[in-house]
Amino acid sequence: MTDMAAPDVPPASNIGPDAIEGRSLWQDAWRRLMRNKAAVASLIILGLIAFFSVFGPYALAWTYDQIDWDHVEAVPPSLALKHYLGTDSVGRDLLARTLFGGRVSLTVGLLATSVALFIGVTVGAVSGYLGGKVDQLLMRFVDLMYSVPLTFFVIILMVLFGRNFILMFLAIGSVEWLTMARIVRGQTLTLKHREFMEAARASGGSTASILIRHVVPNVLGVVIVYVTLTIPQVILLESFLSFLGLGVQEPMTSWGVLINEGAAELEITPRTLIVPAVFMTATLFCLNFLGDGLRDALDPKDR
Amino acid sequence: MTAPLLQVKDLKVHFPVRTGGVVIGRYQALRAVDGVSFDLAPGETLGIVGESGCGKTTLGRAVLQLLPVTSGAVTWLGQEMTGLGAAAVKAAREHMQIVFQDPLASLDPRMTAGDIIAEPLRNYHPELSRAEVTRRVGELMEQVGLLPAMVNRYPHEFSGGQCQRIGIARAMILKPKLVICDEPVSALDVSVRAQVVNLLKDLQKTFGLAMLFISHDLAVVRHISDRVLVLYLGKAMELATRESLYQAPRHPYTRALMSAVPIPDPVKERAKPRIILAGDLPSPLDPPSGCVFRTRCPKATAVCAAKEPVRETSAHGHDVWCHHWRE
Ligand code: SF4
Repeated sequence: MTDMAAPDVPPASNIGPDAIEGRSLWQDAWRRLMRNKAAVASLIILGLIAFFSVFGPYALAWTYDQIDWDHVEAVPPSLALKHYLGTDSVGRDLLARTLFGGRVSLTVGLLATSVALFIGVTVGAVSGYLGGKVDQLLMRFVDLMYSVPLTFFVIILMVLFGRNFILMFLAIGSVEWLTMARIVRGQTLTLKHREFMEAARASGGSTASILIRHVVPNVLGVVIVYVTLTIPQVILLESFLSFLGLGVQEPMTSWGVLINEGAAELEITPRTLIVPAVFMTATLFCLNFLGDGLRDALDPKDR
Repeated sequence: MTAPLLQVKDLKVHFPVRTGGVVIGRYQALRAVDGVSFDLAPGETLGIVGESGCGKTTLGRAVLQLLPVTSGAVTWLGQEMTGLGAAAVKAAREHMQIVFQDPLASLDPRMTAGDIIAEPLRNYHPELSRAEVTRRVGELMEQVGLLPAMVNRYPHEFSGGQCQRIGIARAMILKPKLVICDEPVSALDVSVRAQVVNLLKDLQKTFGLAMLFISHDLAVVRHISDRVLVLYLGKAMELATRESLYQAPRHPYTRALMSAVPIPDPVKERAKPRIILAGDLPSPLDPPSGCVFRTRCPKATAVCAAKEPVRETSAHGHDVWCHHWRE
């Protein structure tokens, strides 16, 4: 009786040449995001900050570690000396340092967060969806990791592998994914008992395809908001590690480090605090707007 | 008679329920389905009726192996399904699909109608081209009464009836041999119920489907079923052809259910004897001894408490599980 499904049915003419192309959630989300003015503006500003951080230092007369030996002191902004935003207390160009610091901070923020996002979502979704022993095992491991103090963990890593930049991503990422995993697991648990998950199983979906097609898109809204909170956290964490001498080292710098130094000199040269702080706050603001925009864009109910 | 498509034999589904214990839980078996048997021929519709909590939904899920079966056999096309590995179950499920009760909840809110309908096809036939999938989805959408132009809409943009049509289309896209309809219309407005039931009937004719139609609505079941199985507390009470069951119900429980269905004629409706069932459904954690219906049965006697009734078959193959059905 299934032979009425003979494969040689003529193509349904009634659909016509203008058959509507199927669109995916991602295409729809992108269109919705582009309609959100705050998100688009944030995206542009973030793009500019990233662009200048990467390419800006090449265009400047001074490099980040170059000391202006004629003026080993805080020089106020001066076009003649090509210190457009002045120098810090030892005569290094503030703009160059801020832009270079942006490179470090943005890279750490992006990479560490991507690591956290990837591990956290995978572990959380698998743990929540499979449940039982796997869940117990993974969550106890998360608890264990939580109980290890971060600085202690980083010091161990440093001792074992020597100090390097990549290690910092690893250390920060390996701490940040824990919360992500818990959030995703919680979301997955509530999703798991929805009828459409059962429908997905009934229609022959494998565990992997259900996780990718149903679980991940449905937890993404929450995850993205958390990501926009994680990036600033990571940037600050990096400055904390640097302060302890475990992160980036002089003359290398990052926004966190610059703000730290600037805060110490607040009364003498407030601009050493203000310049990096403006860059960082702008980035964080934009990330928040972008995160909200993405969350709304990924929710089909929000047209 | 053709070989049965599906054979269910003495199917039991028990869930462990924690009933006490602080550190080490004490568990008791909740007998959701407790020894149900039936056959289903190709193209046939078996209605399954009963109050909510009688195990009819569990029965449907167990046939599909969506739930672990405690004991008993589900034989699909001559192949025993219980205890099969995941891959074999998946292969068997290609020809048995399910339509769910809550139309909106059974659709992923972040997928478009087109993707939802295409999903089984992508799972079972990943080799099909995009164009072919789109074509089949469009074709089917028309068959279930949806405009193909709606492929890019999300579930929340559809009405309940339309959502259920999407759910039906998803179940039909693989051209299955059996569709389990789990209360497919009880969440819908009365005005669209008939449309959806008729749609199911039409599809059944076009595709030569067999159906398990699970519902608590006797009128709908009467409209669509060839045979009807009455369940109470996880056990079969009566199994008969539609005509035989609706004209001459034998089991006291079936009679009580029937008497609760209003007749659209006020004179007859008032004259009709009503059997009111006393009390609530007993807990499936602790079912009554003997006949499970005895706590509410107007005809119960001592023997009902002592002995569990076995299947007795009247003329015309009308099966009843009751000690006193002849009276
Ligand atoms: S066996 Fe007894 S209690 Fe059960 S339905 Fe028949 S008469 Fe009622």
